[in-house]
Amino acid sequence: MRDTITLRVKRSESGGFDTFEVPVQKWTTVLECILYAKHYMDTSIAVRYSCRQATCGSCGMRINGRPALACFTKVSELDSDTITVEPMSNFPIIRDLAVRFDRLFENHHRIRPYLEPGDADDKREHLQSPAELDRYIQFANCIKCGLCNSACPTMATDTTFVGPQALAQAYRYVADSRDTGKDKRLSIIDDSHGIWRCHFAGSCSQVCPKGVDPAMGIQLLRGYMLGFRG
Amino acid sequence: MRESHIMKIHYGTALAAVGLVAVHILMRMADGYAESLEFANVVANYQFLPYAGLLEIMLILLSVHGFNGLRVILLELRQGPSYEKAVSYGCVAAMIGLIAYGTRTIVMVNVGMI
Ligand code: SF4
Ligand code: FES
Repeated sequence: MRDTITLRVKRSESGGFDTFEVPVQKWTTVLECILYAKHYMDTSIAVRYSCRQATCGSCGMRINGRPALACFTKVSELDSDTITVEPMSNFPIIRDLAVRFDRLFENHHRIRPYLEPGDADDKREHLQSPAELDRYIQFANCIKCGLCNSACPTMATDTTFVGPQALAQAYRYVADSRDTGKDKRLSIIDDSHGIWRCHFAGSCSQVCPKGVDPAMGIQLLRGYMLGFRG
Repeated sequence: MRESHIMKIHYGTALAAVGLVAVHILMRMADGYAESLEFANVVANYQFLPYAGLLEIMLILLSVHGFNGLRVILLELRQGPSYEKAVSYGCVAAMIGLIAYGTRTIVMVNVGMI
């Protein structure tokens, strides 16, 4: 492995790429390369990040053309001396690598992402068996990074599509045995820009850094809507 | 109509059409594939009511499925209330038009106009 790489950063003002030579080691992440360039070469690079450990979902971007978390992508695993970073597709750009999340969060809120217990006065503990937990726990790992929405081909043309992130979260709550809001959620996503506009490209699941598998969640959700699941 | 009802019809028409088109192709092959599009043969087929019924059902299934598919593609291309209304009503009108035109051919053969 070389001890420097060429980092190409997409700049929103010029529309082109700025190039930086950045020193790397075996464990250097793409986010560290960007921050090195920002601290020592060009402080005007706009990038969003926080946790640096694939937990906050802030640092999503296209790395060598593929949506990924910059803090969770090591330079060594890219197998390339040149790393190109661009803002996520299907999101409005604020500046350089930072994008707006309004649409993602609006759609997330729309599907009512919280448990709706049947009896609000019932103060007893809601017990759940391991099998009941298994039905949705994988989908509860979503960190709202938006990589799935960025990879989704329907999101690219349909500006009102609810998107794989929100659909996977709709499944997460619909499949939870403690929840009683299933019918409301299913009717929210049952519109002309809802769940039926997913064509099962599967790219959302390919890029998800948390193994959520939104494409599977969408198919399971369709099972409810087609009457295969109770 | 709810989108899930429309999509159930979409999937149902696709499955039914696959079955009926298979029957249709098998019948054509049993008949002698090369001559199947000769004028006299086509007219005879339309006059054989069970087969004409099969063709009519296929026409309805494929029109419903095809025009709903077109509606979905157009809705994904552009968005906006008036555009979406125009696409939905336009596709229903085109579907009815195509079914009416195909039915007219079968009727004309059977009342002796062709
Ligand atoms: S489903 Fe995966 S890719 Fe999509 S927002 Fe959640 S964590 Fe990110
Ligand atoms: S900085 Fe938090 S996920 Fe990358």
